[in-house]
Amino acid sequence: MPSARPSRTTIVALATTLAGALLVTSCSTASSGGGQASAADGKTNLTVSLFGTFGYEEAGLFDEYEQLHPDVTIQYESTQGENTYWPALQTKLASGNGTADVQGIEVGRIADVVAGQAAKWTDLKETPAGSQVANYPDWKSAAATTKDGKVLGLGTDIGPMALCYRTDLLGQAGLPTDPAQLAARMGSWDDYVALGREYKAKAPAGSAWMDSAGGFYNAIISTESTIYYDADGKLVWNSNPAVQKAFDTAAAAADEDLTAKLEQFEDPAWDKGFGGGAFATIACPAWMVGYIKGKAGEAGSGKWGITSLPGGAGGNWGGAYLGIPKASKNTEAAAELVKWLTDPEQQAKVFEVGGNFPSNTGAFDLVAGTKDAYFQDAPIGKLFSDAAQAAPTQTLGPEDAVVKSSLVQALLSVETNGVSPADAWQAATKDLDNQIG
Amino acid sequence: MSTPTASPTLGRHRQPVPEPSPTLRQKLFRAEGRLAPYAYVAPFFLLFLAFGLFPLVYTMWISFHRFELGSDPEWTGLDNYVWLFSNPKFYNALLKTVTIGVLSTVPQLLLALGLAHLLNYRMRARTAFRVSMIMPYATSVAASTLVFAQIFGRDGGLANWLLSLVGLDGLDWRNGDLSAQIAIAVIVTWRWTGYNALIYLAGMQSISTDLYEATALDGANRWQQFLHVTLPGLRPTILFTVVVSTIGATQLFGEPLLFGGVDGGALNQYQTLGLFMYQQGWGFGSLGRAATVAWVTFLLIVVLVLINTALARWRDRDPEGARR
Repeated sequence: MPSARPSRTTIVALATTLAGALLVTSCSTASSGGGQASAADGKTNLTVSLFGTFGYEEAGLFDEYEQLHPDVTIQYESTQGENTYWPALQTKLASGNGTADVQGIEVGRIADVVAGQAAKWTDLKETPAGSQVANYPDWKSAAATTKDGKVLGLGTDIGPMALCYRTDLLGQAGLPTDPAQLAARMGSWDDYVALGREYKAKAPAGSAWMDSAGGFYNAIISTESTIYYDADGKLVWNSNPAVQKAFDTAAAAADEDLTAKLEQFEDPAWDKGFGGGAFATIACPAWMVGYIKGKAGEAGSGKWGITSLPGGAGGNWGGAYLGIPKASKNTEAAAELVKWLTDPEQQAKVFEVGGNFPSNTGAFDLVAGTKDAYFQDAPIGKLFSDAAQAAPTQTLGPEDAVVKSSLVQALLSVETNGVSPADAWQAATKDLDNQIG
Repeated sequence: MSTPTASPTLGRHRQPVPEPSPTLRQKLFRAEGRLAPYAYVAPFFLLFLAFGLFPLVYTMWISFHRFELGSDPEWTGLDNYVWLFSNPKFYNALLKTVTIGVLSTVPQLLLALGLAHLLNYRMRARTAFRVSMIMPYATSVAASTLVFAQIFGRDGGLANWLLSLVGLDGLDWRNGDLSAQIAIAVIVTWRWTGYNALIYLAGMQSISTDLYEATALDGANRWQQFLHVTLPGLRPTILFTVVVSTIGATQLFGEPLLFGGVDGGALNQYQTLGLFMYQQGWGFGSLGRAATVAWVTFLLIVVLVLINTALARWRDRDPEGARR
């Protein structure tokens, strides 16, 4: 059909332009992007990218800041899982493109940032936020400081440790339910395990003393200063007696059936256990208080109690920092925001709303009087302040998370697969040699 | 066109002497005839180049480097491959991928074949049944896996409740070895059976009814019809589903990840190759090692597909095939 010919030419032309256009757009999107320096109306537009729940949005702090600074607008986003948030941030940092003005950094990543990414983050000491550095416990700011003195992150919250327990279950087993009396029975981790044996003998069916061997291990290790790395940055997990002892204690508890064999944060039955009573005690950092409330729900209110770790030991598990990537075009304004968010007043507000415990020592006094009705009016402010002040300075290292996950996994195999503690330790050693050796 | 006689296309082939001097318009026209097909397929190949071939080659390049998330790549040659092939975790992941693959693919395809055969009969609400087949496939992996994780929960899960009805003790599904693999295989089977059933159904409907009538006249019952008419007629379709399911099983990732995390259990009892790769890359930040796993998985898939096709060819040459 001759009449079809001209249109065919048009189609070819269309197809080639389309293909060309695709190429052009794919190139242009790759090269542009980046952060908008300022909004069209002359306001400074700050982007904040966090993970999980930092509590700022929940406590209305971003709105408050915008009211205090009419020339600033804040664009906030949060990724639920830190393990997806961090890799995505890494690729953005590597390309120097698409990072927010303020980024959250989990405590497990801060060693990585300090050791290898100093060139990609702003030294906060040189910014208006620098004045904040002196207000932290030494160990909190030290972890974010490079060898040559650059401070790459300001602390948001910390995870001082306590012990949460089900008063109803302990009562049924004839154990003390009052926080002070319970604390008096626990002078050491061995006492805690001994109480577990007592509990097991008289416990309601289907209820174990603690949730998991991995959680128990994390609680013990959170009170140590030297864990997987020594002061020179050498991996010492395999020769550190503290690690071996914590592992053995947790593994022995698992062997004695004192654990509910529930993998933390992964097993759906673990979540259920908070309300269902699968376990009577759990070592709880401050941020877990909110988690317990969420999982045990209204029905759990008044059933839970909280007391200090055995022997009144101080420990820390988790926490986070705020940092400003070098790629930010609003470093000054971002630093002002970071400074304000990490001020004692704001951190105290976040604690009231979400339970994330302040890392600014100035806020300790502000929260000292905080009580929690959910935990039978326990003075959680004072409890966590004491635990934070008693916590040792921990030496962190880049492979901390890998070693920790391997040991926790090995403990799970003792609990659920009947692997002997010695074999589990061997298996973890072999894995880690393969992975980071 | 200036020549009033034959059409130009005919002229080109029949006349030994070409037209004296084609005008510019004619030249363009001919060039278009030659080049147009390439322009038509160009968009696909350009996209394939950008999003298919380039990542493939780039992944290979990365696999020769020590490349930690957040630092610069550093050439290490074949170190990553040496690490991989001397790592017991890799062989474990390979084994688990195969066992979960078999546990899910075989029941899934057999069930699909049976369901398709039933759906091919005349019955009431046939369309409703056919549509319902595809529903699991339309459900997201995340949603279905989270529901199944509850079903296979240790405390108060539906699966353990069913076991208790027949007087059996409950299982700790996710922490056991075989039990966790079965649970994951059930999720995969649930999601993909309907999809495969519909593909089989389409294949069955292209088989001529004459064949069924002829066999019926010869006194064949429905089972015999299924064996001697449906199955042979479906052979290309079955090959297609086997290939696609094999590739899917080799890449199994979302279900085990959501079922129990990136370790795939305390003893890595359900850590598939996909999970192993993800753990290296995004759990431990070793992009070079992850790229190595990715490439080995890719090669594995290529080999599996080649084996599948070779088997099919070999079956077709089989004298048994000529007999029918």
